[in-house]
Amino acid sequence: MSILLALAGNQNCGKTTLFNSLTGSNQHVGNFPGVTVEKKEGAVLKHREMKLVDLPGIYSLSPYTAEEVVTRDFLLNERPDGIINIIDATNIERNLYLSLQLMELGIPMVIAMNMMDEVRASGNSINISKLSARLGVPVIPISAAHSEGIADLIAAVQKTVQGKQPPSRLDFCRGPVHRAIHSVAHIVEDHVQEAGFPLRFAASKLVEGDEPMRKALRMSTGDEQILAHIVREMEEELGTDREAALADMRYGFIEEICRESVFRHRETREQVRSERIDRLLTHKFFGIPIFLGMMLVIFWLTFSVIGAPLQELLEKGIAAGTDALANALANSGMNPLLQSLLINGVCAGVGSVLSFLPIIVLLFFFLSLLEDSGYMARVAFVMDKLLRKIGLSGRSFVPMLIGFGCSVPAIMATRTLSSERDRKLTIILTPFMSCSAKLPIYGMITAAFFPESGALVMISIYLLGMAVAVVSGLLLKKTLFKGNPVPFVMELPAYRLPSFQNVVLHMWEKAKDFIRKAFTIIFIASIAIWFLQSFDWSLNPVSDSAQSILASIGSLLAPLFVPLGFGDWRASTALITGLTAKESVVSTLSILTGSATDAQLSQALGSLFTPLSSFAFLAFTVLYMPCVAAFAASKRELGSLKSALLTALFQTGTAYLAALVLYQGGRLLFSL
Amino acid sequence: MTLDQIKPGNGGVIAVVGGEGALRRRLLDMGLTPNTRVEVRKVAPMGDPIELHLRGYSLSIRAEDAAKIILKEE
Repeated sequence: MSILLALAGNQNCGKTTLFNSLTGSNQHVGNFPGVTVEKKEGAVLKHREMKLVDLPGIYSLSPYTAEEVVTRDFLLNERPDGIINIIDATNIERNLYLSLQLMELGIPMVIAMNMMDEVRASGNSINISKLSARLGVPVIPISAAHSEGIADLIAAVQKTVQGKQPPSRLDFCRGPVHRAIHSVAHIVEDHVQEAGFPLRFAASKLVEGDEPMRKALRMSTGDEQILAHIVREMEEELGTDREAALADMRYGFIEEICRESVFRHRETREQVRSERIDRLLTHKFFGIPIFLGMMLVIFWLTFSVIGAPLQELLEKGIAAGTDALANALANSGMNPLLQSLLINGVCAGVGSVLSFLPIIVLLFFFLSLLEDSGYMARVAFVMDKLLRKIGLSGRSFVPMLIGFGCSVPAIMATRTLSSERDRKLTIILTPFMSCSAKLPIYGMITAAFFPESGALVMISIYLLGMAVAVVSGLLLKKTLFKGNPVPFVMELPAYRLPSFQNVVLHMWEKAKDFIRKAFTIIFIASIAIWFLQSFDWSLNPVSDSAQSILASIGSLLAPLFVPLGFGDWRASTALITGLTAKESVVSTLSILTGSATDAQLSQALGSLFTPLSSFAFLAFTVLYMPCVAAFAASKRELGSLKSALLTALFQTGTAYLAALVLYQGGRLLFSL
Repeated sequence: MTLDQIKPGNGGVIAVVGGEGALRRRLLDMGLTPNTRVEVRKVAPMGDPIELHLRGYSLSIRAEDAAKIILKEE
């Protein structure tokens, strides 16, 4: 018999670490149906009958963010057999706030009290059995980072789920709130049963003024009036409103049980340490320079010190493989056209992109260090005011930072923003952050035109992207995106050493994604491009690519780019194929110039661009609409094809304008 | 006195949490409820947002939102 378990908890409480140590690498990452909130599933190690679903990190079951809605819907509709609620023991009060709401669902539940090692090491203590008795839920002390208590946790989950033991306590309240919840429960009982919801949860949410719950129950006008009356009475008696009353009731109960069972005479070592680290990292003067310096070091390590040699090695391997295949095919006497497809189409296209795998993996290595250490929240804290000026919050900084890795996860990461307006604005602006798929293009251009000052060219293009984002943000804020920015209420978690397993799994996941992309989208694009450049309109093979279908399409568009300095049909053709995946710009230019090696490509590019026009071309490729994968993500997040198309049009128009200014401005400057 | 007027290193006890909708709910959910003791730890490099300490953890909110939290007279 299979058991469905949900893993729920706050952000920063070690949920991912626990999920990874429960399931190992044995996990599947997807999305919740209809939304782009990440859903991770996996079978529990050595207990394959237990299927674990990792729910998004949330603080409450309120109906505001997509994460909260997804979690609610999953728990209410899928009715998992059990919930593992992971809690940060060093921050127990706020973590229990979610627990009380989860307990109301009446689903068998076990609390995993994480980071107990930190509590003990600081000389504090938690009376687990007392806490467990007061909550009416088994509480198991664990340390996910050190894999301690995992076996106990699994045993407790098995026992609770098999015994179908729901939390034994549902009443945390007294006085007016208690009376209101019970009166409401009484009148809505039938509706709730019909909808198949847990009664206590529904009643609490109704008293709290939860709109989705009220709508879902479809109560009669009479019942609605009684509900309103009960709530009004409660509010009058307490002298506060319904939302504050419920929050206060939950925290009041938590304070009460913590007084009895939590002995906390000082901050944990980690908290003290975090305060010290923050004295520097969020320092008034040093905070921002340190952040920028850190990014610089990351990019430097990624692109030169570690990334470049690995990339070279991989390139050599791919070249050797391609040569061996070419020889084997030549000896086999296979149809020359088919040989050309495999060597010039597939190997050239996929190979040139695949060699960037080390850089992508490295970038995600550093990004996950930033995220898992807790530094990403400080980035949001430090940068909030800056982003607020362009109508965003510090939290948008995180997706934008991920945008430097890949626009697709960056656009998906906008889901954590609690306002649709901020989400949309971030989706529009994030692709201006130069993604890692554009790195091959940097590599190609700098190798050909700026071999001595590659880093400088790259930094200037990165800065250009950010500047364009700022100007666009200001413009959009004043026009299409008038309105209130999101509430910025963000936890600053204690700094912790990132877990090795988490970082490795994260990198592996991204590497898999990239390889999959290389062998699907880029594979198809390579074949399509090969076809378009190998045949003419009457489908006869051509010996000169200038006669091909692609050439005629490129030539048709080329005049548009003359003012930008790159009116060659091969440049415009590469821009078209770059839409399938930005890396394709490189493979297309390789194919169209008939270059088999990087050195040949560098030489060939000399006849296509001047250094100035190559820079304008680089700027254009960085800024124009993102690849199809990112376009698909933005369509899903924006909710309509029309908005996605308008966004793409806006981005491409901006790119055109920026490249035009760069090229014409540069010409003017150099002619002086 | 509202929370945004508190100098770093000082604190107070919450009397009323104002504001509305998602913002207010979020403040309440994060534990900024009446009668809670809260300390202002720090101001971000650019002068905003601020870092609070409450219920044993650190929280960051903007000064304009902190202005909606009224503290008790002490």
